[in-house]
Amino acid sequence: MGALGAGIAALGAGIGIGLIGSKATESIARQPEAAGDIRSAMILTAAFVEGAALFAIIVGLLDKLI
Amino acid sequence: MQLALRALFLLVTCLGLTSLPAQHEGHDHGDNADHEPPHSTEIHEGCADGHGDYDPAGVILHHIADANEFHFFGDLHLPLPVFLYAPGHGLTSGLSSMFHHGKSAVDGYILNHGRVNRLADAAPAALMDGDHDVECIIHKVEVNAKGKEIDKYYAKISGQEYLLNAPSVGDGGLLNGGITNFYDFSITKNVFTMLLAALLLILLWTAVARGYKRNEGQAPTGVQSLMEPFFVFIRDEISIPMIGEKHYRRFQPFIMTLFFFILFCNLFGLFPLMPGSANVTGNIAVTMTLAVITAVVAYLHGNAHFWGHVFWMPGVPIFVKPLLTIVEVLGLIIKPFSLMVRLFANITAGHIIILSLISLIFIFGNNGESVLGAGAGSVVAFAFTMFMNCIELLVAFVQPFIFAILAASYIGAAVEEHEHEHGHEDSHDVEHENLNDGTPAYA
Repeated sequence: MGALGAGIAALGAGIGIGLIGSKATESIARQPEAAGDIRSAMILTAAFVEGAALFAIIVGLLDKLI
Repeated sequence: MQLALRALFLLVTCLGLTSLPAQHEGHDHGDNADHEPPHSTEIHEGCADGHGDYDPAGVILHHIADANEFHFFGDLHLPLPVFLYAPGHGLTSGLSSMFHHGKSAVDGYILNHGRVNRLADAAPAALMDGDHDVECIIHKVEVNAKGKEIDKYYAKISGQEYLLNAPSVGDGGLLNGGITNFYDFSITKNVFTMLLAALLLILLWTAVARGYKRNEGQAPTGVQSLMEPFFVFIRDEISIPMIGEKHYRRFQPFIMTLFFFILFCNLFGLFPLMPGSANVTGNIAVTMTLAVITAVVAYLHGNAHFWGHVFWMPGVPIFVKPLLTIVEVLGLIIKPFSLMVRLFANITAGHIIILSLISLIFIFGNNGESVLGAGAGSVVAFAFTMFMNCIELLVAFVQPFIFAILAASYIGAAVEEHEHEHGHEDSHDVEHENLNDGTPAYA
């Protein structure tokens, strides 16, 4: 069960980071001179989203170990 | 044509060299207990040290765990000091080389896969003193009362098997841990690497400070100019926006320390040999300590407004206030907890991925039996591992930044001053002062 939960969490991370990437590319296309700021914001937000997904993976690991 | 040949030669050499550090250690345990009915499964019959199936899970867990010695390759180890305390028995200290890699028991302590274990109390008292020869360590998978499979290790001394205890951990029985019959206060890999990171930090930043003193009023030189962009970045992107102009100076050193300590520990974890090869920030005790320190710093500096908002949130209807109190008090615990788990999970997940990719080489090569398989595995593993290492490098830099910016935001929330009692519409964006007025960057 834990492995299934971890897999679904990876799905959430994929969707989240995909959305971030798509919005970031759109914004850069709209305003190329802001590319630097947008890129930093994108990487920062991606790390937060990945953190949330990794919480779920930890819970999946705990399921096996506890 | 010359260039293509050179590139090909370089590629082949690199691929060949990749497999070199990925030496197999000579002890492995095939874990075939998944389909067995519930009973104790012995992995090695007696002390036979044959090459069983390769066990990736065991190897990976062994590499991300802490150890009492540094292992380079083959039989080359760097021993570390050990300090072990058993209630009723006292302190045992020395170098981990006195355990001869699990071949001898000193005062009942045995080195099991690099980690000090102790004979359980059921062993005869004669074995708990002095040196004894250990024939081997046997790994069994037993099913406990709750039906869970647990790894148990037994030391075989003079033909008898004695249960081994792991060091005490403070996790309250979670993860099969708990208080056992001894406490391990040794300088382990992680402790050594943390001390090394601290030493590096001190050396680096005192050099920068000396440089500033020397170059008073002049342009920065040397290591000053190397570190000044980091300092200015952290001050202008993290401290001032999150904590505010008025209070950021008090906390800037703390935020800097957090950032650089976590960064150096992450980088040490990525490097495969000593110094490095220690999974510091992937150890939840380390990240818990960092989170606790951050929480203590933030809450110690909480002013009346902060605590008022936590326990009795102003500006909301009265029937919502008790609910918000519960939420906010839980948030006091959950926010540092999330700091801890985020850093731990990111770093450990990265290490596990890279170790799994390297394990591919042994899986394809059937644990040394198939050279062609190992070669093909090397090619695949090399490509993926290089890619993952680049991502891990990015994570090694981004995670300290996130830890620092969240710590700064918690501190900022605690020291924030409100001019008006209701509403939280103050925008937190602070206009960046134009600091080109001769203020030195270090002030």
